[in-house]
Amino acid sequence: MSVIKTEHLTHTYSQGTSYERAAISDINLEIEAGKMIGIIGHTGSGKSTLIQHFNGLLRPTEGKIYVDGEDIWEKPKEIRKVRFRVGLVFQYPEYQLFEDTVYQDIAFGPKNMGLSEEEIDRRVKEAALFVGLKDDQMEKSPFELSGGQKRRVAIAGVIAMSPEVLILDEPTAGLDPKGRDRILGQILEYHQEQKKTILLVSHSMEDVAKYTEQVLVMNHSRVDMFDDVEQVFSRSKEIEAMGLAVPQVSRVFLSLREKGWPVPQNVYTVERAKEALERIMQQGGKAHA
Amino acid sequence: MLKDITIGQYFPGHSVLHRLDPRMKILLTIGYIVMLFTVSNPLGLGVGILFLIFAYAISKIPPKMITKSLKPVIPIIIFTTLLNMFFVKGDPLVDWWIFHISRQGLLTAVVMTIRIICLIAGTSLLTYTTSPITLTDGLERLMKPLKKIHFPVHELSMMMTIALRFIPTLIEETDKIMNAQKARGADLESGGVIQRAKALVPILIPLFVSAFRRADELALAMECRCYRGDVGRTRMKQLHYSWQDGVAAAVTVLCIGMVVVVNIFAPVVF
Ligand SMILES: Nc1ncnc2c1ncn2[C@@H]1O[C@H](COP(=O)(O)OP(=O)(O)OP(=O)(O)O)[C@@H](O)[C@H]1O
Ligand SMILES: [Mg+2]
Repeated sequence: MSVIKTEHLTHTYSQGTSYERAAISDINLEIEAGKMIGIIGHTGSGKSTLIQHFNGLLRPTEGKIYVDGEDIWEKPKEIRKVRFRVGLVFQYPEYQLFEDTVYQDIAFGPKNMGLSEEEIDRRVKEAALFVGLKDDQMEKSPFELSGGQKRRVAIAGVIAMSPEVLILDEPTAGLDPKGRDRILGQILEYHQEQKKTILLVSHSMEDVAKYTEQVLVMNHSRVDMFDDVEQVFSRSKEIEAMGLAVPQVSRVFLSLREKGWPVPQNVYTVERAKEALERIMQQGGKAHA
Repeated sequence: MLKDITIGQYFPGHSVLHRLDPRMKILLTIGYIVMLFTVSNPLGLGVGILFLIFAYAISKIPPKMITKSLKPVIPIIIFTTLLNMFFVKGDPLVDWWIFHISRQGLLTAVVMTIRIICLIAGTSLLTYTTSPITLTDGLERLMKPLKKIHFPVHELSMMMTIALRFIPTLIEETDKIMNAQKARGADLESGGVIQRAKALVPILIPLFVSAFRRADELALAMECRCYRGDVGRTRMKQLHYSWQDGVAAAVTVLCIGMVVVVNIFAPVVF
């Protein structure tokens, strides 16, 4: 069964004024539980707008959203409960830290859920472990940490609510390659261990190719593709026509195919590329012998 | 919701009023306000209202903007109207229980209401047709003589410019932080006064932190570009009076002149 389902979801900002425009329109999606999904799309295509509907921060101007089969806007008073089930980490989340210590900041979400002290403590420690925060950092002020560490505290703050669906809006923006790999690796680990659904908005095709199972492509306020990574990146031409990049390896292999080399179409990570090239070289070697 | 605030809102356009020199606009607005409050005759007040309608017409600002700018001052208008109506002594019109309304009281109330409406609409016209940067630039130039008595004119206008520049940024940021805390289950909408005040902490702290960070960065950026205050500073956009400013001044002075003549020769009514 799908965790999140949308029907004709449409959102128009500043409705009724001259600035009116649809940021997303007529979106019909079914997101399966337990998947790790990448969301890509050019700037302004409506990615952030879409994900803010999944936890009820934005109310659709048209259409419906179901979480676990329930229409989330049926009882608007209870929308807060949806936010505990669908956790959302905003872009540059480090700017939302406010407590005296890292520990208290991570505990903010669980406290709002009204959990018991022990449960909060357990969740905070678990979340801190997941994002790789050390014990001696827990009693520090969040404002003393480096940018990357702050980012991890913020992500832990959402993970501590233990949401069924975790959505991250460009969690690696502005981090160095090592920091990116570490954070994405930890998110992947969380996904694999806890079997939670993850939605990852990213501008990096390499990251999407490496970490996710399915990809959702947004283009001009609509969903253009939603399929397995392989299927999506085999349509590299269309993706590039939207003004998006495809993983560099994909592009190399695309031109190799165009030049008549017998390489497979579904190569989008460096590992696969290596395998494919090795196979060709072996075959090539035999042919020469 | 937060985006509906219209303080110092500017309506980009190409009308004559938009192109006038900000100094002229400020001076003429002051002149107009003084006139509004010295007028003592319905005829003069009529001239003032017509002048304002005329100015709005050539500015091409949609008339509904007038009502928008009046909305926040409605309580003040109602308050002064009631005060004048009930407490100005004169020939009684209504005398019932504790309510005493006199003819003079009613008249003063009506005139006062018209004056306040014209005042707000007039000053709003100034901010609608002048971008905040130009406006502070004009103010700085007008107050230049005060520098002789060591009044920090430049510093004040720089502060104003920066404040105006950052209002939209801060509003946007507040929205973002509110959303982020809501996503962590913060409850901003329910509870009593104390609970609501407490719920503001997770929003205000990040907001202040980021405002200070921005201020720091801005100061550094200004310093890197050798900003040293007013000393030896020249401007990219020099202010110049043009013939249009002359015409605007002439029309306004004519209007004020008419009101003065009316004030002197027509009977004093209020
Ligand atoms: N609060 C808002 N008010 C009005 N318009 C908005 C608002 N937020 C976004 N928009 C508009 O909606 C459209 C979609 O914006 P959105 O932020 O969802 O894009 P995005 O895909 O997340 O882009 P990016 O990759 O740059 O983050 C844009 O055209 C934007 O200008
Ligand atoms: Mg975005």
